[in-house]
Amino acid sequence: MIPTVPQSNALKWSYRAYVTLFFVYLALPLSVVCLLAFNNSVFPSLPWEGFTMAWFFGTEAPFVGVFHERSIIRAIGTSAFVAMWVSALSVAVGTCNAFLFVRHDFRGKGFLYILMLLPLIIPGVILGISILVFASSVANTLEDATGLWFDGLRPGLILVILGQFSFITTFATLVISARLQKFDPSLEEAALNLGASKWGAIRQITLPFLMPAIVGAGVVAVLMSFENFNTTLMLVGSDSPLTIEMFDKLKQGSTPVLNAVSLLLIIVSALLGLMSLMFQKSKE
Amino acid sequence: MRNGTPPKPVVFRRVNSMVSDKSKLGFYLLLSPLILWLVTLIILPHIGLFAVSMSEKVGVREYETGFGNYAVFFNEPLYWRTFARTAFMSILTTALTLVLGFPIAYYIAKLTRGRTKTTLFLMCLIPFWVSELVRTYGWMILLRETGVLSNFLLYIGAIDSPIEFLYNDAAILVGLVYTSILFMIVPLVTTLDSLDDSLIEAGYDLGGTGTSILREIVIPHAMPGIVSGCIVVFMLSLGNYLTPILLGGKDSLWFTGLIYTQFITRFNWELGSAFGFLLLGLSSAVVFIGLKLSRQSLSNTMGR
Amino acid sequence: MTATPDLECKDLTKNFKDFKAVDQVSFDVPQGSFFSILGPSGCGKTTLLRMIAGFQFPTSGDLLIKGKSMIGVGPNKRPVSMVFQHLALFPMMNIGENIGFGLRQRGVNKSEITTRVKRVLERVGLPGIEGRRVDQLSGGQKQRVAIARCMVLEPDVLLLDEPLGALDLKLREHMKIELKSLQAEFNTTFVYITHDQSEALVMSDNIAVMNKGRFDQIGTAKDLYFEPANAFVAGFVGDANRFEGKVTSVDGEIVAIVTDGGVALHGRATQQRPEVGGQAQIYVRPEAIQLSLTKPDATGGRNASERTVDSVLFNGANSLAILRDATSGETMNVALPQTGAFLGLNKSDTVYAQWDPAQARCFPAGE
Repeated sequence: MIPTVPQSNALKWSYRAYVTLFFVYLALPLSVVCLLAFNNSVFPSLPWEGFTMAWFFGTEAPFVGVFHERSIIRAIGTSAFVAMWVSALSVAVGTCNAFLFVRHDFRGKGFLYILMLLPLIIPGVILGISILVFASSVANTLEDATGLWFDGLRPGLILVILGQFSFITTFATLVISARLQKFDPSLEEAALNLGASKWGAIRQITLPFLMPAIVGAGVVAVLMSFENFNTTLMLVGSDSPLTIEMFDKLKQGSTPVLNAVSLLLIIVSALLGLMSLMFQKSKE
Repeated sequence: MRNGTPPKPVVFRRVNSMVSDKSKLGFYLLLSPLILWLVTLIILPHIGLFAVSMSEKVGVREYETGFGNYAVFFNEPLYWRTFARTAFMSILTTALTLVLGFPIAYYIAKLTRGRTKTTLFLMCLIPFWVSELVRTYGWMILLRETGVLSNFLLYIGAIDSPIEFLYNDAAILVGLVYTSILFMIVPLVTTLDSLDDSLIEAGYDLGGTGTSILREIVIPHAMPGIVSGCIVVFMLSLGNYLTPILLGGKDSLWFTGLIYTQFITRFNWELGSAFGFLLLGLSSAVVFIGLKLSRQSLSNTMGR
Repeated sequence: MTATPDLECKDLTKNFKDFKAVDQVSFDVPQGSFFSILGPSGCGKTTLLRMIAGFQFPTSGDLLIKGKSMIGVGPNKRPVSMVFQHLALFPMMNIGENIGFGLRQRGVNKSEITTRVKRVLERVGLPGIEGRRVDQLSGGQKQRVAIARCMVLEPDVLLLDEPLGALDLKLREHMKIELKSLQAEFNTTFVYITHDQSEALVMSDNIAVMNKGRFDQIGTAKDLYFEPANAFVAGFVGDANRFEGKVTSVDGEIVAIVTDGGVALHGRATQQRPEVGGQAQIYVRPEAIQLSLTKPDATGGRNASERTVDSVLFNGANSLAILRDATSGETMNVALPQTGAFLGLNKSDTVYAQWDPAQARCFPAGE
């Protein structure tokens, strides 16, 4: 079962066949989605009616392409807006957390660390409803007390951002902490010794060292935010991010426009994923 | 559905030299975002969720504290059967991903090197960077009555009329396994990678066979990876919403579906919160038991 | 009619994509002997050992154990056991389970396994440690457990892949002696590979020096040291001063050369005779060179020279002096006996060095 130990050919080939089959299983749904984005038919299905780019650039019904489908464009914008905020917030807080957990010893550190990991093991739906319930009750209390409206605490983009931020921050913290742990504190001490201020040393020595992890975490955060569904579903208001918009469209009955969006999503996700990996690599 | 690999525990080293009285202010500045995040987005919401689950509506804007919502759950067979079904299907998914994923992880970790290894690993990763919605959509296109599979079978003459492959338990399982198998493969590849080839060679050298080496050397070594993979896959399946709803259809009877219905359709937040807490309880229990188990296996290999 | 050797290799060859790792190696190892394969890293010795164990498959040639060809026989079916470089003790099992692993594979019943494990642990001097974990043992104990794990299966041949490499110096010295006595105790054929000449010299009945996939010489430790077959062996086994120059005359066995620096030297040729006018190398062991503080009489003649002490490297019984030739600037290492006469030797002192040409070996250069 390792290359240096002889095996019968039948076993070797059936093993390889299984592995091949598995990768076919992995690739099948995505390739079908991509292929049918170019099918000249109003249903995302066989038979093949000929090649078309209409589902990307078409302007006339029923062939309205992605780039002319208002709702989709708007949803992409919403998703991008949410992702930017989530990414920025979670990376900022994650960096602070990394410094706190790696550089400081204090009472209750272990406990806080476990608390910090909790969002990983809470199902996304639960995370969503708990924030929904809490925000609403806060809003109710405030509105009863002041007579003003607190729309930000009602389902909507702010809650979506907070909901995604609540668990993506854990990932950012872990990625950045791992990098900070590899940092040799004597580099910072050397900077202090050469006359740098504490903040100056961190800014000029430590943060540049952390940069690959910070950018990597930011990219992963964008990716996770873009594709999040469970938490978002419970917190969404009138502006739908892309996954929610696609889900609604899917329930109404799909057209190859969805394939076209999916194809774009696949390309962008793969690129972002590879990018985050490259940053991980450059860490070494 | 969350992305990324399961977290590695961070090992702290003592860094007293970096902490002085001057940095007290800095310490609190660093502490505050963490506390703010955990308290307002994790702790208080869950306390709130629990409080709501304990309140029963007795009139318009009138509530009483009690276990009424939980009683509803246990008295209504549809609810607890759905709960049990969700748990059972998740266990099945976990077992399937383990059985299907182990050979793949072993192949990647032990039978490939260098470029091939990176490529195969990337080929595993890429589908999981893509939104779960897209993946599930792919399965819908493949499996539905007018879908690719049905059309293909018609075309080659294996069937006479279109077949609906969607909206049954098998479809749900196919989708769930697809969606979570990476979280099994990644920890398995990591642990199997750390198994020294010479241990396997020593096993053969001492007269072992493929199965005895798998049983006595490979699986015991991979145990931590197996446990952590199983925990994550079970958790993800239990909390999944998209796959069961889209592939299982209206009768998918998935517990997260019930929660959604109570919250969004019925607007019965009290019952929904109780459901949420039950799901959270089950999921946490599994994580807890899994951790206990893995610690035990840890002590089996290290502390015996 | 001699007894069948335990291990026999006939023209064993292993080609990888772009080079020959093992090139037509033939040898046999008689029952109960300690056979070492000595060579620098990358010489192919590991490939050779792994072919014997069954983890590599020869491109051509034959490999016999107790007269039976092992071509096409899997590693788990061969009557050989191997002590791996890093021992490969199973961390998921305790010591008893580790040693019993091979017996379990053979379907030996439980009580029998228990007795045999107990017995072999006694023989390696570690009675009663069955219940311990691998990481509770010291480096030397792990070695012995690894050997016990193989010996309990009573293999025809035990292969050892530089098992002492990971140990610290003191323990390594100790384990050399211990391995030798374990081999005597079990009376099993050991095939040992190493790049450390002292391990090979101390323990082996026979040593093969391997270089670039070939065996340069097979012989006893003394053969290799005193009668090296070629320049590589002379340079690799033991310390030696090497001089290179042009051959000026060949007088019977004695060859005279003149180095580039203009110094005339003499050495004894081996089977390969250098030709007058060609390049040749002379190897002299540091301990073969005699020192004196007074000029030796002219009859001692050959290889006598006046030298300046460049530095003294004190290392107890292994102390050396580096001597420089005044005219050519060439240096050589000379063993410095720590007895009276040379205790006060200092840098820049003048001494006289000479050696008997019969104690130096001369090989044609460029082979």
